[in-house]
Amino acid sequence: MFYRLAGIRHTSYSADRALWPVPVDRVQIAALLLLALLAPFVLPNLYLSSYLLPWIIWSTAALGLNLLMGWAGQIHLGYAAVMAIGAYGAIHLVRAGVPFELAVILGGVLSAAIGLVFGFAALRVKGLYLAISTLAMQYLVDWIISHVPAISGGSQATLQAPTFRVLGIPIADDRARYYVALAICLMVTAFLLNVGRTSFGRALAAVREKDFAAAVIGVNPYRFKLLAFWCSSFLGGIAGAVLAFCYYRAVTPEQFDLDVSIQAVAMVIVGGMASVIGSYLGAALVLLAPIVLNNLVDSLAHALGLSLSADVISHIPLILYGGLIIGFLLIEPLGLAKVYDNLRNYFLVWPFRHARR
Amino acid sequence: MSYFAELAINGALVGLMYALTALGIVLVFKTSGVANLAQGALAMVGGYVMWWFAAALGAPLWLAIPLSLVVMFGVGRGIERVALRRMVGQPVIMIIMLTLGVEILLRGAAPALWGAVVKRLDIGIAQRPIVLGDMLINRAYFWGGLVALVLIGLSLLFFTSRQGVVLRAVADDQTASWAVGIRVERAIGLSWGLAGVAAGCAGILWGSVQGVDWTLSLLLIKALAVAILGGLDSIGGVLVAGVAVGVLENVIPGYVDPLVGGGTRDLVAATVILLTILVRPFGLFGREDIERV
Repeated sequence: MFYRLAGIRHTSYSADRALWPVPVDRVQIAALLLLALLAPFVLPNLYLSSYLLPWIIWSTAALGLNLLMGWAGQIHLGYAAVMAIGAYGAIHLVRAGVPFELAVILGGVLSAAIGLVFGFAALRVKGLYLAISTLAMQYLVDWIISHVPAISGGSQATLQAPTFRVLGIPIADDRARYYVALAICLMVTAFLLNVGRTSFGRALAAVREKDFAAAVIGVNPYRFKLLAFWCSSFLGGIAGAVLAFCYYRAVTPEQFDLDVSIQAVAMVIVGGMASVIGSYLGAALVLLAPIVLNNLVDSLAHALGLSLSADVISHIPLILYGGLIIGFLLIEPLGLAKVYDNLRNYFLVWPFRHARR
Repeated sequence: MSYFAELAINGALVGLMYALTALGIVLVFKTSGVANLAQGALAMVGGYVMWWFAAALGAPLWLAIPLSLVVMFGVGRGIERVALRRMVGQPVIMIIMLTLGVEILLRGAAPALWGAVVKRLDIGIAQRPIVLGDMLINRAYFWGGLVALVLIGLSLLFFTSRQGVVLRAVADDQTASWAVGIRVERAIGLSWGLAGVAAGCAGILWGSVQGVDWTLSLLLIKALAVAILGGLDSIGGVLVAGVAVGVLENVIPGYVDPLVGGGTRDLVAATVILLTILVRPFGLFGREDIERV
C-alpha cells in the first residue's frame, strides 16, 4: 500500500544502485529536509535552541561514532575526548584569527591525528582490551585538557566561543547557528549514506566481520582499522567543534567527560549499529527521553500528590541511559533502526500481510 | 627515605583494597570470559547496602556486614541471571556494553534510592593513625588492607575446594565441563555472586574511608588497572598488581604533584592500563592466549 513498489523497474545500473529506489522514500526524505529547513520559522525559539539544535549536533557525533562501531566494529569508550580535542582546537584557532570553516576542519584533523593514537591500540588488541584502553585514554585526554592552562585556560576555566562568520555571513542568532549545524550534519549524513556503497565501506565491513578473513581476501586490516579511527575521529572533532560553537558557545572540560562518551555509545547502540537513520533516532531518544521522562515524573508526582526528592529527579537520566542500553541489548540488539525497518516492512505490503515481500 | 616508605606502605594498603575490587573482575573473566565493567557500581551498591543496614535500619556491625554481603551475592547472581545469561554467544562488544549499562544503571539507581549526599559509614575503626617509628599509617587503610589480604587468600584457598575446582574447569573449557556434567550456568552465576561479595567488601572498606556516595564507583578504573596489570585470569596477579598500583599511585603524586601542580593520582591508573596493554596485554601473570590482532 504505502511504499509502492509496483511499476518500479530499474533499467540502468545507476538507477538500480540509487540510494532510495522507492519513490515514496524519496518523497519522505525531501519532506524531512524541507521540514528541517523550515523549522526555524515554524518552531518557537525555545524548541529550536534546546531540542532541535542539540539533536542535530549529537546526531552528527553519533554518525561519526557509528562509522567506527557499526561499520568497522571497533569499540570506542573515549569518543567525548575526541570531541573535546576538536572543540578546543577549533576554538583556539578561531581565537587566533583563523576563519571558522578552516578552523572546524583543522579541529577535525587535530582530533583525527590524536584519535589515531587510540587506533594504534586497536592494532594490538581488540574487544575488551580495546574498550579498556580507550577508556584509559579518555582519562588521559581529560586530565591533560583540564591541567594544561594553555589548552583549557586554567583549571575550572570556561573558554568563551568567539563570534564567527561562515562564508562571510556573521552568525549571531540561534537560527543562523542552527543552519550551520544542519549544513554540517547533512554533509556528514551524505558521507555516511554513501560509505557503505564504496570500496572503503565494504573493506570496513570485511574487517568488522573477521579481520583475518579480511586479510585473506586482500583487505589490509591494519590500514582500514586506522582509517576507520581516522575518519571517525575527524567527524567527532567536527561535531565537537560545532557543539562548542553553535550549542554551548563556550567550552569546559566537564562538557566532554566520561559520561558523555558513554552517552555517545548509548546513542549508537540504542539507535542501531551501522545505520544512518538509527543514529538520528538513537540521538533523539537518548537526548530527549530524560527530558520527557523528567516532565512526566514531575507531572505524575503532582497529580498523585507525591513529593519526589531532588535526588531521584537528578538521577533519572543516568538510570534511563543504563536502562535503555540494557533493554535494547537484551530485547532488540539491532536498535531503533530495526524497529523502523520492521514498521516499514509492515507497511510495505499493508493491508495484505500474507503477500510475499 | 621515611617519606617514601610512608607513601609506599599506605599505598600498598590502599592497593590491597583495589585488589579486592579487581578480584571480582578476574573471577568473572576467568569463569565466563566476560568483562565485568559493572564492578565499580557493585562496590558502590555494597557501600550503600551496608550503610542502609547499619545506619538507616540500625543493625549492629556483626549482623550488618554479613547481611550486606549476602545481599551483594544476590545482586551479583541476579545480574548474571537477568542480563548476562541471555547474551551468551553475542559479540563481545555487546557484552561489554551490557555490563557498562548495568554500571550506569546502578550508578543512577543507588543514589536515587538512598540519597546522593555523602554518607558516613562507621565500621568501628578509630580515626587516629598508627605511628610506626616516624611514619604515620592510616588506621582504616591498615585494617582495610589486612581484610583484603585475608579475603584474597581465602579466595585462593576456595579454588582448591570442590566448588573451586568446578569454577576452574569451567574457566578452562566450558563445553568440556558441560560434557562431564558440570552445570556451567550455575558456576558462572556463582562467580558473579562472588564478584558481588568482593565488590561489597571493597565498597564497605573504601566507604568507611571516604564516605558512601556515587564516587565509590570510580573504583572501577583502579580495579581495571589492577586486573589488567596482574593478568585478567590470575588471582595471584591481582594481589601483586594491586600492591604495585597502590604504591605507584601514592608515591608518584607524592613526588610529582609538587612539580606539576597536583592531580597526577588520577592519571596513574590510566597510564598503567595503557602501558600494560601496549607492552604486555596479558599482564604479569595472565595466560598468553589473549586475543591479539
